[in-house]
Amino acid sequence: MRHILLIASLMCLLTDVIHAQTTSFEVKDYPWDDGKKLILEWKIGAGLDSLRIQKADPEGNFITIYDTTESFGSIVDDDVQPEQEAEYLMIAYNQSTSDSVVVSRGMTPLVQWYNLQKTPLLITMLLLSGMILYYIFASKRGKEFFIRRINALDSMEEAIGRATEKGKPILFVPGIGDLDEIQTIASLTILSHLAYRAAQYDADIIVPVRFSMVLTAAREVVKEAYIRAGRADAYRSDRVFYLTDDQFGYVAGIDGIMVREQPAANFFLGSFYAESLILAETGFSTGAIQTSGTANAHQLPFFIVACDWTLIGEELFAASAYLSRDAQQLGSLKGHDFGKILCIALILVGAVLEYSGIHWLSNMFNLG
Amino acid sequence: MSSVNTSVRWERMILYVILFLGVMLPLIFHIGWKTDVSPHVQMVHDLVENTPAGSTVLISFDYEPSTMPELKPMALSLVDHAWQRGHKVIAVALWPMGVQMANDVFQELTALPVTDIAADQSSGETKTSVASDSTKVALSGVENAPDSTIARHTDKKYGIDYVNLGFKPGGMVTIKAMGRSIHETFPADAFGTPVGSLPIMDDIVRLRDLGYVMSLSAGDPGLKQWIMVAHDNFKVLVSGGTTAVSAPGFLPYINNRDQLRGVMGGLKGAAEYEKLRGVFGPASIKMDSQSIAHVIILIFIAIGNIKAYRRRKAQRRKSEKA
Amino acid sequence: MKRTIPMIITFIVGMLVIISEFVPHKPFGPIAGTLENWFLIIAGFTIILGVLSLIRMNSIKIKSRAENWQYFLAGLISFGVMVLVGVFWGMQESSGILGHGEKISAWLGTPPTKPFDYLFNNLFIHLSATMFSLLAFYIASAAYRAFIIRSFESNLLMITAVIIMLGRTSLGTIMTGWLPPSLQFLHLPRIADYIMMYPNSAAQRAIMISAALGVIGSSLRIILGIERSYLGGGK
Repeated sequence: MRHILLIASLMCLLTDVIHAQTTSFEVKDYPWDDGKKLILEWKIGAGLDSLRIQKADPEGNFITIYDTTESFGSIVDDDVQPEQEAEYLMIAYNQSTSDSVVVSRGMTPLVQWYNLQKTPLLITMLLLSGMILYYIFASKRGKEFFIRRINALDSMEEAIGRATEKGKPILFVPGIGDLDEIQTIASLTILSHLAYRAAQYDADIIVPVRFSMVLTAAREVVKEAYIRAGRADAYRSDRVFYLTDDQFGYVAGIDGIMVREQPAANFFLGSFYAESLILAETGFSTGAIQTSGTANAHQLPFFIVACDWTLIGEELFAASAYLSRDAQQLGSLKGHDFGKILCIALILVGAVLEYSGIHWLSNMFNLG
Repeated sequence: MSSVNTSVRWERMILYVILFLGVMLPLIFHIGWKTDVSPHVQMVHDLVENTPAGSTVLISFDYEPSTMPELKPMALSLVDHAWQRGHKVIAVALWPMGVQMANDVFQELTALPVTDIAADQSSGETKTSVASDSTKVALSGVENAPDSTIARHTDKKYGIDYVNLGFKPGGMVTIKAMGRSIHETFPADAFGTPVGSLPIMDDIVRLRDLGYVMSLSAGDPGLKQWIMVAHDNFKVLVSGGTTAVSAPGFLPYINNRDQLRGVMGGLKGAAEYEKLRGVFGPASIKMDSQSIAHVIILIFIAIGNIKAYRRRKAQRRKSEKA
Repeated sequence: MKRTIPMIITFIVGMLVIISEFVPHKPFGPIAGTLENWFLIIAGFTIILGVLSLIRMNSIKIKSRAENWQYFLAGLISFGVMVLVGVFWGMQESSGILGHGEKISAWLGTPPTKPFDYLFNNLFIHLSATMFSLLAFYIASAAYRAFIIRSFESNLLMITAVIIMLGRTSLGTIMTGWLPPSLQFLHLPRIADYIMMYPNSAAQRAIMISAALGVIGSSLRIILGIERSYLGGGK
């Protein structure tokens, strides 16, 4: 009996040794990433048919993250923190005999000097920026480019002139976005030109804002525009004011201004949402000339219906360059056209490749 | 467009009065029209349905009282559904008023029905806050109400089953910060309790630890920022609801990259979600009004076209005579 | 100098953020996070600026007895009342400097409601919802003006609008709900969903892509200091 037990134990030991020798589990750092990924590679030895990978949570409890019956392979764990060690357990086992091998591994994901996955993004960015810069420098050298007319911007002079004639103010609404919204910045650049013209014509300009950060910037923009026009004395800081952070409180405030002060020209330029039509329709009912512009495509139909002129999407960003008539800025607009051609080409090629079952292009832009 | 004549003013006035009646009357005399479920709302429902029980999820209340009629029914349905599926709910707000909006929804779902409150009061037990109007309507029962009303979850405990982390300015920047650490971004909840002392936050470090993120969004910052940061940067499943006028803008995000897992657009979206849940809630009640309003607008579009046609005809005749 | 320093800061910060997108290693990687935290802090403090502007602007109007000065007074009083009741008795579960105000809360209704919550629930919510509800009326009047058949395009626009409007309501379901399964593609909500999902999304994407290009161009002009209008300066 003792011999049998001894032989059985030896056999078990031998099996374990064989399993352990042929079973491997490696945790490697993902190359050229931002330290948020690790590669887990395994190979199950003979006699084992299943594998379970567990990962330690912050409390040190191991939680299963992967189950498989594949004898070898690898997975990427993209749920790790940079520079923080992640611990794993690999349990390779046999479902019927319950033989098992447990391997423990740990690894600290390293943050690299370059994130290789973002290369397509870098190439696209360099290409676009390069072309924009090329056109800027080309126009600096004196090359002239054709820029199509943007009627909404051409009509600005007319609106200011009408306000001056009627002795009524101009209302400028820079949208409901904060200063971290690029549309708000674009809006403020237009405000600068508008305020400059208003100062020249001696027209009154009202700028109600929704956020305090925008208030600070808008005040500075209008003040500088008045100084540039040589009308520093005409600048009134109380005409650029904060109303409220509340979306519809802000709308109510502007509606009140439109009804009470009856501005001759309204400008709604920036980021707008559900309030766009309320503003534009109230302005319409007061008979003001209205110019609007937003990159929020879903609000464009409302503006187009209720306003005289509308800047659609990119026109909002092109406005400042267009109004300034500065050759360098106008040159940059030509760069946008190159971007559009690039996008169209990528869409067409991408569509053909996808239909043909080739996915490398779409995978290349999957920056996950 | 500069001069609006008197007849146009009158036309507008008549249109507004008829529209007002068209919206108001169906709220009093319920019709009970059925609504179809769109695939986008189905996607939102499936996301909640298929998220494992015990998961912690985040609902961002990015709206204010103004858009409550459209977005609150969605919030009620989402929280109710999440709790029924055994999820723990973390509420945050990218809009200052969103904090109250979240509290309002939690209070309404955890409070006892009005009748029970009365019973409690008569027996001298602890009072709970009263349910707000919308649910009272649902509770009072509407004729032909096909299904049950939104359930009460009186067993849900603050800090264990749900928490309101409050408001943080910054929009996209706040979401990015949450992607790194929710505890650092919101060191205390909306009532000043340290987040570390709340059991619900024990296993939650950053956005990646959440089952999904829902944003009920009335504008900027809102759902768009959650998609751009929570999904695109941190690979969290993002879904939500918006006002009807903003909903079309989110459809491009429902794509094979799964940037947005469905979206509820306005009252219709909320009513569809209620239908999927088999609930006759505040959105379903208001859908009749919306349908009637649309019909009125269509009738007025037809009238406008007839008028325009007659005007053109008269002008043609005039020019022929001349 | 006044404009040069902000421009230098803009250039450095802009470049750092771009670099940090591709270089995750220290010190570049964490820089974006640090800058975001700075933004949060500044955004928090600027609320004070907004409040001061609000008080100042309204006070000037009241003092100078400007036209409709009563409205500005009403605005200032409303602001003051909401701030004071919030500071004194807090809101919902949080207490104010005078505690929870049990007596005044009990006086305001059953169950007890704090003064801030009372005003918020019974005044603010309804006023805000009223503003939003204007949208229904304005959509009607705008649609009445806009959907007039003048050309082929306007005809197309009107037909699409009618399909979407019907498809988005229960009426659309009723009108075509009886269609047999073979004709289900004519079901109005289905057609509406199709229009929203494909033609609408395609157009939206096109506008989004071109707007994104505009953003790149704008950002580049700002970072390189070619665009300075946002600083108040000319070219």
